[in-house]
Amino acid sequence: MNERILIRGGRVIDPAHGIDGVMDVCIAEGRIVGVGHHPDGFRPDRVVEANQHVVCPGFIDICARLREPGFEHKATIAGESLAAAAGGIVTICMPPDTYPVIDTPAVVQLIHDKAALTGRLRIVPIGALTRGLKGQDLSEMSALRQTGCRAVGNAHAPVATTLVLRRALEYAASHDLLVVVRPEDPDLADQGCVHEGPVGTRMGLRGIPQAAETVAVAQVLALIEHTGARVHFAQLSSARAMRSITRAQEKGFPVTADVAAHQLHLTDTAIEGFDALCHVRPPLRGLLDRDSLREGVRDGVIRAICSDHQPHEPDAKLDAFPATEPGMAALQTLLPLSLKLVEEGVMSLSRAIAALTCGPATIMRLEGGDLQSGAVADVCVFDPNAKWTVNEQTWHSSGRNTPFWGTTLEGRVTHTLWAGRLVFPNPESVS
Amino acid sequence: MTATDLQLDERGRLRHFLSIEGLSRELLVSIMDAAESFSSVTEQTVKKVPLLRGKTIVNLFFETSTRTRTTFELAAKRLSADVLNVNIATSATTKGESLLDTIRNIEAMHVDMFVVRHAQSGASHFIARHVAPHISVINAGDGRHAHPTQAMLDVYTIRKHKPDFQQLTVAIVGDILHSRVARSEIHALRILGVREIRAVGPRTLIPSDIGRMGVNIHHDLDSGLKDVDVVIMLRLQRERMSGGFIPSAHEYYACFGLTASRLALAKADAIVMHPGPINRGVEMDSKVADGCQSVILQQVTHGIAIRMAVLSMAMRLDTRMETP
Repeated sequence: MNERILIRGGRVIDPAHGIDGVMDVCIAEGRIVGVGHHPDGFRPDRVVEANQHVVCPGFIDICARLREPGFEHKATIAGESLAAAAGGIVTICMPPDTYPVIDTPAVVQLIHDKAALTGRLRIVPIGALTRGLKGQDLSEMSALRQTGCRAVGNAHAPVATTLVLRRALEYAASHDLLVVVRPEDPDLADQGCVHEGPVGTRMGLRGIPQAAETVAVAQVLALIEHTGARVHFAQLSSARAMRSITRAQEKGFPVTADVAAHQLHLTDTAIEGFDALCHVRPPLRGLLDRDSLREGVRDGVIRAICSDHQPHEPDAKLDAFPATEPGMAALQTLLPLSLKLVEEGVMSLSRAIAALTCGPATIMRLEGGDLQSGAVADVCVFDPNAKWTVNEQTWHSSGRNTPFWGTTLEGRVTHTLWAGRLVFPNPESVS
Repeated sequence: MTATDLQLDERGRLRHFLSIEGLSRELLVSIMDAAESFSSVTEQTVKKVPLLRGKTIVNLFFETSTRTRTTFELAAKRLSADVLNVNIATSATTKGESLLDTIRNIEAMHVDMFVVRHAQSGASHFIARHVAPHISVINAGDGRHAHPTQAMLDVYTIRKHKPDFQQLTVAIVGDILHSRVARSEIHALRILGVREIRAVGPRTLIPSDIGRMGVNIHHDLDSGLKDVDVVIMLRLQRERMSGGFIPSAHEYYACFGLTASRLALAKADAIVMHPGPINRGVEMDSKVADGCQSVILQQVTHGIAIRMAVLSMAMRLDTRMETP
């Protein structure tokens, strides 16, 4: 199992160490043993030719739902691990809204066990901030931490009162847990399903105003001053919320943020014709929001791009738009959509890769996300110019709910190594 | 697929009737002209033409309705179609059946057309996208999105009184936020080239983005009514009168209720419309509702002719044929 692997002649990009150059990467015993040089007597069992390819740390997806336990009719950890590997993703942070909710060590252990069985994916479960995600009582955060949770959050579920939120932030801080907040004021969101703007108004779809996000961000920022909690704002959607977070970071607040890859490309016009595949939460917003979020990633205010992967069974999208379930299946579109930002001149390749590797690693305080000697050998090799079409042959997620179905994307993963093992493509099928 | 692609066939004829948005002026005029030719039918002793004989039309009402359902039913019967009324508000979906399964089941009964009323915006689009190719879908109101036959009967009523749309200023007063009627009317009036459309009401009921549909917003009834040719009053749902959007029906009437003295701000020959049912003493004074400028009951009558026109056109029948 402990193959010695040589990745030869690729363009190695390791943003954590400012490395960008053509060189070899050597792997042994599941670890990186040489970048740019071969250790004495290194004789590889396998050579991966990476000429014209990019070699970078394996991706860390800071938000993806694999639907297990509880929603196996949508997807399973084993099934989605194939899609993750095909997307270059080696580590996934999983929100706690499983069934049962991730609010006990038993559920955390179950998820760890399921992930270990796949042999190709690490899952970092995010614990529930409140018991059962009901927003009322604190979860047993110390116990969750002892089983390996580094962060807690309430997923899409609201916290009942600002008092509960204050205490949850305080309690999490006392256990040095990061609090993941998907900022949305439930009252202002008011059963909305799209961005409150000209498109939603014309289509007669209930809107979620930007204020639902800015109010929630402002509330948490005010409480951070009181509680000293570390907070990560998940899946930002609006320019205004991003500006608030920028100011908070300038003041030295311990706050970070991520954005879903689709938010950096699609806007609310994508819902024209009631396209339920573009029903996502937070909703796709206007062009100004999209461009501000792009700047946020470029400037480092937003340190991670996530997939916000939400695979669904077909029926979940077969209804009138407001009655459909929100979310896209997105593990395999994470890289191509991030590369598209480079193609469109928004940011450098190194910055885009940072948002998929060392950025999320730093936010979640995870090992990995870099390629230094001694690091766990999580590596992604991709051809930035290879085109591929999203279809039955290329798509591995059981959720086909992507608006990119049938479209051709640029940037294809050729090899994924997880802890020094080739997990994509299936090693049995390559020589 | 855009809504327009969905509702027109390759020759630009109606396949479904889901939304006014994206339709041509010519098509709207042809619907009104067809309605004109059908209006004589409803005045005869034998109020029937055999255009849709042998066709089965299903009224699929997921939301209760009296006026729209009965006028669709009458329109279908006057065209000699067989009509099936399915009141799903009290039927299968409450037992957990999905919308698509409901549609598939009724489709299996070999019907030709669905007339759909649903509480969710986009429901008719969804159904149109999934029905068998020979079935036409007519939107009889979906959520806040569209109520195209209502808008057509409204512009048809306006044309009867004021045929030159380019000269008209139209005020739409009341709860525009929740109104599918208002959205469809705005599209129809814009397509027909009306000079000015005004949206009048308090900020809680007028989404600011509605301005992007090409209307001028007034939060004051007096300024909104000044010199208009047509006043369209919208219904205010009871559940929205008690503090959520406006403090009380009483205060709403004081600010936005149409009284004879306020109507005097409009042009002397202005007409007053309302899609019904009216809350007398909330949206308007009975004197106005029953007054000489009111065309509210004409709207109901015109609704039948418009729906006959739409039903027959969606069946792609030549409506220019001589009606007896």
